[in-house]
Amino acid sequence: MIKADGLTKYFDNFLAVDQVDLTVSEGKVLALLGKNGAGKTTTVRMLTSILRPSAGSASVAGYDVVRQADRVRASVGVLTEHHGLYGRMNSGEYLVFFGNLYGLAESETRRRAATLLERFGLADAAKKRLGEYSKGMRQKLALVRALLHNPPVILLDEPTSAMDPESARIVRDAIVQLRAEGKTILLCTHNLYEGEELADYVAIIQNGRIILNDTVENVKLGLLGPAEYEARLAAPLDGILPVLPRGVELRSQGVDWLRFRVTDPAFDNPLVLKSLLDQKLPVVVFQEVPRSLEQAFLWAIRRTDEEVSDD
Amino acid sequence: MIEALRPAFVIVRREVRDQFRDWRIIFPIVGLTIVFPFIMNWTAQQMLDFTNQYGATLIADRLVPFLLMIVGFFPISVSLVIALESFVGEKERSSIEPLLNSPLKDWQLYLGKLISSTVPPLISSYLGMAVYLGGLIINHVELPEPVIMLQVVVLTTVQAFMMVAAAVVVSTQATSVRAANLLSSFIVIPVSFLIQWESLVMFWGNISTLWWVVVGITVFGGLLVRIGLAHFQREELLGREVDVLKIRWGWNLLVKEFRGGAANPVDWYRRVVSRSVRGLAVPLTIVTGLVVISLVLGTTFVSTYGFLIPTDKLANAGESLNNLSQVWPMFQASSILLIWWQNVRVLIIAMILGVFTFGVLGVLPLMATMAVSGYLGAVLTTSGVPLVSILALFLPHGVLEVPAAVLATAAVLRAGAILATPTPGKTIMEVWLANLADWLKVMVGIVLPALVIASLIEILVTPRIAVMVLGN
Repeated sequence: MIKADGLTKYFDNFLAVDQVDLTVSEGKVLALLGKNGAGKTTTVRMLTSILRPSAGSASVAGYDVVRQADRVRASVGVLTEHHGLYGRMNSGEYLVFFGNLYGLAESETRRRAATLLERFGLADAAKKRLGEYSKGMRQKLALVRALLHNPPVILLDEPTSAMDPESARIVRDAIVQLRAEGKTILLCTHNLYEGEELADYVAIIQNGRIILNDTVENVKLGLLGPAEYEARLAAPLDGILPVLPRGVELRSQGVDWLRFRVTDPAFDNPLVLKSLLDQKLPVVVFQEVPRSLEQAFLWAIRRTDEEVSDD
Repeated sequence: MIEALRPAFVIVRREVRDQFRDWRIIFPIVGLTIVFPFIMNWTAQQMLDFTNQYGATLIADRLVPFLLMIVGFFPISVSLVIALESFVGEKERSSIEPLLNSPLKDWQLYLGKLISSTVPPLISSYLGMAVYLGGLIINHVELPEPVIMLQVVVLTTVQAFMMVAAAVVVSTQATSVRAANLLSSFIVIPVSFLIQWESLVMFWGNISTLWWVVVGITVFGGLLVRIGLAHFQREELLGREVDVLKIRWGWNLLVKEFRGGAANPVDWYRRVVSRSVRGLAVPLTIVTGLVVISLVLGTTFVSTYGFLIPTDKLANAGESLNNLSQVWPMFQASSILLIWWQNVRVLIIAMILGVFTFGVLGVLPLMATMAVSGYLGAVLTTSGVPLVSILALFLPHGVLEVPAAVLATAAVLRAGAILATPTPGKTIMEVWLANLADWLKVMVGIVLPALVIASLIEILVTPRIAVMVLGN
């Protein structure tokens, strides 16, 4: 549904996007992560046929972004970083205007608009001028606009950045549902928890280059190593060095906790727990150490920055 | 076709509705529609009374349509403000990107903006003129002839179209509303000159000339639309350039285009200049045709404005030339430079005229020169000077001078045509600088050296031939 091969963009002599390869198949969500100015928006704009690639090729919904630009635009719903609504219109007028641009019949537009406004909690503000909307409401309306023509591909640039937690939850739930409906979604976000929750795949872009592109689990595994497990005790260890079953690697130890790695969690973890209990150690918590996408992202970015400075 | 126009009218509907919700647009439009015509009615009445006191009925007759034109013009000036803001305003408010993401084609978006900027002020203009004419009827003032009223309405319409077309081009290329407003002087100043000239024609000229003005403005407006569309780039509209004058960038680009990657002057002549000249095939043909037409037209003027040179003056022409050569420093370097600079200056003026008119007016200096040459030639032949003698006076230097001027003019014409041609990935400024470099290549490589030789011949050879020919 989205495929980019060696997508490159120069602005004069500045290389903004450097040979980006991406694939997002139907019903999947790819989170495109990167610092400000890393090349996310430029990539999205090339995929929406607004910017012409300097090199490489891309297709969206089966259409070439250069040769079939009109068809690409008709097949994509885009939530842009800046929502840019028309302040003197109300939501109904605004959505009918865009519905007309996408060739929808007015009755169809009104029907879909009503459903989407209800879904995103904007139905009550239908008569308000958009200039009176809060930032979060504007963002939700921009999302409604992006979904109005029921596009098979959705590109979302920071979809929840200005929203309160409740609105952000509504939008995240909507994204999950859209994925379930088979939509292909590219999500640009700085909110890594959101990326981790919603994305099937993660691509990290740094200085215009994709430095990592894999499933969320593989990214974490690749950057942070195998999972670690943690046992927390009800009482201090008092200098006791617990004996662990063979093959279990003790990674670190605190006053009342210890962390370890195992080869096969399903087989080894019960043995570890039994061993600790056998040693009269009062285990109260036994869990996988939480590892966030944020840790992996920061690690990847730091590593790339160091490589660049070494060069 | 109608289906293809539909998205453009979707834009028009939204824009017009938005304009009618903005009191900053409504207030001046309503004022200029209702209040201003009444003021003009009063002014007309006062001036008619005054001129009739002194029997200046002709001025009175022409004053009424003139004021009609003024009443019509003021509201359409609002269209300039709307059009200047059309693209760059949306860019500043970040509302342009959703539009650019929609499946609108470039021309549909462009046409929508063009129409929506023109229609409300134009309707206001028509209403204002109607109110003015209504006031005249109520005050029992004789209305202008229907054809003059029609002329003023059509003129107002095409002027609105031209101003909006120019303003939309500015709006697509400007980086901010502020920059667009500053650049509007490039529209306001020429249009104010045009209005002044039209006023002169209305009072003291042949009013039917204004139909030609209508044709000219329509063609010019059409060219502006063509240019706007040719250089409309979604990419540029999303750019975040700041408003700085990039002199170094412009200079570097000009030098790069001028050099054309040549390794040395010989390579530059053989590869770069010859490529530029090869690209002039079509404009060269057109300009050559225009030269011939101008020469022929010049000769036909003799029947209207011709005169015969007295025989005794012709008989003494050789002696007069001899006397002239005594007092005038004919064989000096300064004279050569003078003639050379005169020719170069005219070609530079042609280029400047061409820049602002897409090459159209750039051909005027050459056409005028050739028409004058044709006229003089015809005057001389009708006065009894043999054609061979006339050619002997003209050809020695003309054989270089005329082709050089034709080449330079063709480069100007081509520069104008390219400006109205789509050049993907290039801004108007980049295209314009490349055109300027192309013109410079032809000028520096061929025209200027040819004109130096022509000036040498004109000073050192032609006068001797003239003395020989006319002395006999």
